[in-house]
Amino acid sequence: MKAIKSKQLRLLAAIMILGLASGCSSTFEPWVKPYERDNLADPIMSMNRNPVSMSYTNHAYQAREGARGAEGGAGGGCGCN
Amino acid sequence: MPLFVKNFHHKTNTRYCHVIALALVSFAVLFTSINTFAGDAKGPAPDFTLASKDGGNVRLQEQLGNVVLINFWASWCAPCREELPYLEGLQQEYADLGFTILAVNVDEDPSKADILLNDIPVSFPVLFDVNDDVSKLYDVQAMPTTVIVDRDGNQRLLHHGYKSGDEVKYKQAVKALLRE
Amino acid sequence: MGQEAVVAATKQKLPSPPGTVRRLIIRLIIACIILGLLTWQAFAAVLPQDRSDAMYHSYQGGGMSIDGPSILLRKKIGNHVSVSANYYVDTISGASIDVLATASPYAEERTENSVGVDFLHNKTLMSLNYTTSSENDFEAESIHFGVSQDFFGDLTTLTLGYSKGNDEVGKTGDDSFLELAERQNYQFGITQVITKNMILGLSVENISDQGYLNNPYRSVRFLDASSARGYRFETEVYPNTRRSNAASVTANYYLPYRASVYGEAKVFSDSWGIQANTFKLGYIHTFGEDWIVELRARQYQQDKADFYQDLYSRSAEFNFRARDKEMSTFNNLSLGLSVTYEFQFSAANFFKKSTVNLDFDRVNFDYDDFRNVLAVETPVGEEPLYQFSANITRLYVSIFY
Repeated sequence: MKAIKSKQLRLLAAIMILGLASGCSSTFEPWVKPYERDNLADPIMSMNRNPVSMSYTNHAYQAREGARGAEGGAGGGCGCN
Repeated sequence: MPLFVKNFHHKTNTRYCHVIALALVSFAVLFTSINTFAGDAKGPAPDFTLASKDGGNVRLQEQLGNVVLINFWASWCAPCREELPYLEGLQQEYADLGFTILAVNVDEDPSKADILLNDIPVSFPVLFDVNDDVSKLYDVQAMPTTVIVDRDGNQRLLHHGYKSGDEVKYKQAVKALLRE
Repeated sequence: MGQEAVVAATKQKLPSPPGTVRRLIIRLIIACIILGLLTWQAFAAVLPQDRSDAMYHSYQGGGMSIDGPSILLRKKIGNHVSVSANYYVDTISGASIDVLATASPYAEERTENSVGVDFLHNKTLMSLNYTTSSENDFEAESIHFGVSQDFFGDLTTLTLGYSKGNDEVGKTGDDSFLELAERQNYQFGITQVITKNMILGLSVENISDQGYLNNPYRSVRFLDASSARGYRFETEVYPNTRRSNAASVTANYYLPYRASVYGEAKVFSDSWGIQANTFKLGYIHTFGEDWIVELRARQYQQDKADFYQDLYSRSAEFNFRARDKEMSTFNNLSLGLSVTYEFQFSAANFFKKSTVNLDFDRVNFDYDDFRNVLAVETPVGEEPLYQFSANITRLYVSIFY
């Protein structure tokens, strides 16, 4: 039990250090610049171009299959604002 | 064998307090995080020359004596679409007082600029930064980005992004710089 | 007397396993810690696009005919809030093989309503969603909370989500039947921009349910020499807890002539012994400015639950017994086509764009250990393995403003 607790604490500490480190380097240079995102902003690159249709399709499969979860995604896009 | 089999262990009181303390720190960080989106960038605005939509080239140095608003935009950027009519309004209002807007389009395909310009005609020069040279020069970190340059060619305002209401900030800055 | 039983049943609350609340709070705190630290690097997040969709959906196959509307409305309010509402109806008729084995075709209707609000605060996008589902023998409600954050120059998006649902399971023809189930989902997702043309995603979800987890209409069959058919039916008995984990990896790649290709691979495993994986591959092609065509294939494969058996040798042979084909070993393959036509309006208009869409998928299910009991001519236990095909159609109009 003690071993698991300290493992979790160590993981938390690692995340904290990572987070603080990322905070310190406020000049992170993205390798895809905001003005290079035309293709990523195109709706055909979106994971969820038609949410109503996608959620229905996921439901149709989920109702007939044993598996569930990990559907859907976000991100990419134009990153504007 | 099932994946990710977890064993849940009850946490002791001290561990709980520990986590609560971390939680308080995280809430503090979450809600007080500072993000500068409008800064006062000092120093001269880097000079550039770009091809204009109306033919010919436009050079920033030639605008010395005027207040210049450089706006980096693209056809695929929704906030840029919202911003364009306000920029046109600003141009019309202050053009006679020595103010011009240079709208730098960063689309890889310059003809895409017409997608917006056909619907929102503008009276200021639209420049094409096809190779992203000027965007790199100005270290554009968000789309759109607005840089306001004073009559001496110095950068006075740097604004990342656009949200409804930001046009008021531009207007205030331009008015102040025109009075100098 | 029946009324008292119903009242007692509704008041009865299923006990949560010890430490649930604490576990939940700790997970939420950990989520906040991670987000709190990473907001130091925060840049953008955007509210979802304003849109309305009106869809007709249809599922035809396996003896079932299910169709109905789905309507979505979404609108931004100011710069920070977006609200949405969804109305969905399933009109169900026919009978699947499970029903035909023990009963007769039926008709019913299910309505699902959902409202949501998204809130953009200091570059963090928070979402809250409430959904209710209602039919004559089943009521469910669930609430979902999600947080999404872009960082590292908007190249990375981290999403955390939590859902809680409560079901009330009833049974037509048995007014005293009322069972409860509850469910909690924990979701973690990360999407990463790799190049100007490629996005990768990872999604992980842990779901735990407890309560009455089977379908009250499903039965198992066991050998019984004294019966005319050679077997009898009795009600399924499922464990009253279930824990599952799913993880998926997705990739999107942009092709220079304005097309894209995407793929997804997902693995699933749960405490009932079900192991499954899903593979998807799709290609999206555009013709001019206005036409978008998509071709896709999806393959799903599943291993049966530990307590699933098509035919038991005697009544109550094991503590847990299932014959729902959803719990069996099977695979399915679907091929799909979508066509979209876009009407582009002026950017200065209130209505910016409108699309007309038709999505169609044909799916074929092939069972390895679920037999078609309607084949009465064959000996018991040697009936042909079941298979069926279905057409899933979605016809919808979307408008963007």
